[in-house]
Amino acid sequence: MSHLTDLPTWAAIPVCILLLAGSAITLIGSMGLIRLKTFYGRLHAPTLGASAGTVLICTASMITFAVLQNRWILHEVLIIVFVILTTPVTLMLLGQSALYRDRIEGKNDVPRKATGEQPDTTGMDI
Amino acid sequence: MRYWFPYPLLSLALLMLWLLINQSVSPGQIVLGTALAVAFAWAMVNLQPDKTRLKNYRRIAVLAGHVAVDVVRSNIAVMGVILRAGKRPVNSGFVAIDISLRDENALALLACILTATPGTAWLEFDRQTGVLMIHVLDLENGAAWSELIRNRYEAPLKEIFE
Repeated sequence: MSHLTDLPTWAAIPVCILLLAGSAITLIGSMGLIRLKTFYGRLHAPTLGASAGTVLICTASMITFAVLQNRWILHEVLIIVFVILTTPVTLMLLGQSALYRDRIEGKNDVPRKATGEQPDTTGMDI
Repeated sequence: MRYWFPYPLLSLALLMLWLLINQSVSPGQIVLGTALAVAFAWAMVNLQPDKTRLKNYRRIAVLAGHVAVDVVRSNIAVMGVILRAGKRPVNSGFVAIDISLRDENALALLACILTATPGTAWLEFDRQTGVLMIHVLDLENGAAWSELIRNRYEAPLKEIFE
């Protein structure tokens, strides 16, 4: 953590607040994986880290290195953009496979497909 | 013009990406980035993605503002739900929404919005019936959810893309 000692106080305070807030939110999101009891509920927990956690931590990183190197640092924006663009892919894959499995097993608390009773095997509806 | 630049917005975005990754706006990087951006846009032609034209630029800003506010609000709400999960059972459930959006890019954007907002998870979209199935973590005000998504996200997306 040699960077933080070089950081002037006026910049260190917002950086620390952002970093702590971001990690706290991510931690709460990870706790959600234990505390929420259903699979579908657990789908929601990691999005805390993917949205607010990433944004706050990346902003802290941007401020730190912008102040240390005395120029605009913007490429952390790419991390935020790519995390937001790619999380739906994993989330949908997990959600759909859970839904597919629950339907095959005939669980009652899972909504049926609107068009018919047969399970969807094409896998094209995303 | 159309032949040389089949996807101008994509090329522009790739150029921005290149400059951001290299952290420089020197003329050399701009030339190299432009060449790569145009070449990748040609490669994209072979993938034949759906072409959409953005229509309403002011709505994009308004929608982005709404999404930012909603992401902050739902982050706080979901944190509350997780922290209170021990004492109070979580009241979550499925919500089916009729959606008239058909444009692929608009649907992809809607998926990004719903996923980036904690508390709603996109599960399934049926292209034939147009029914979108989402899972909502906190169903406190149940029926309001489908109205909210239709008015707040679908309507502006329709204006922007269709």
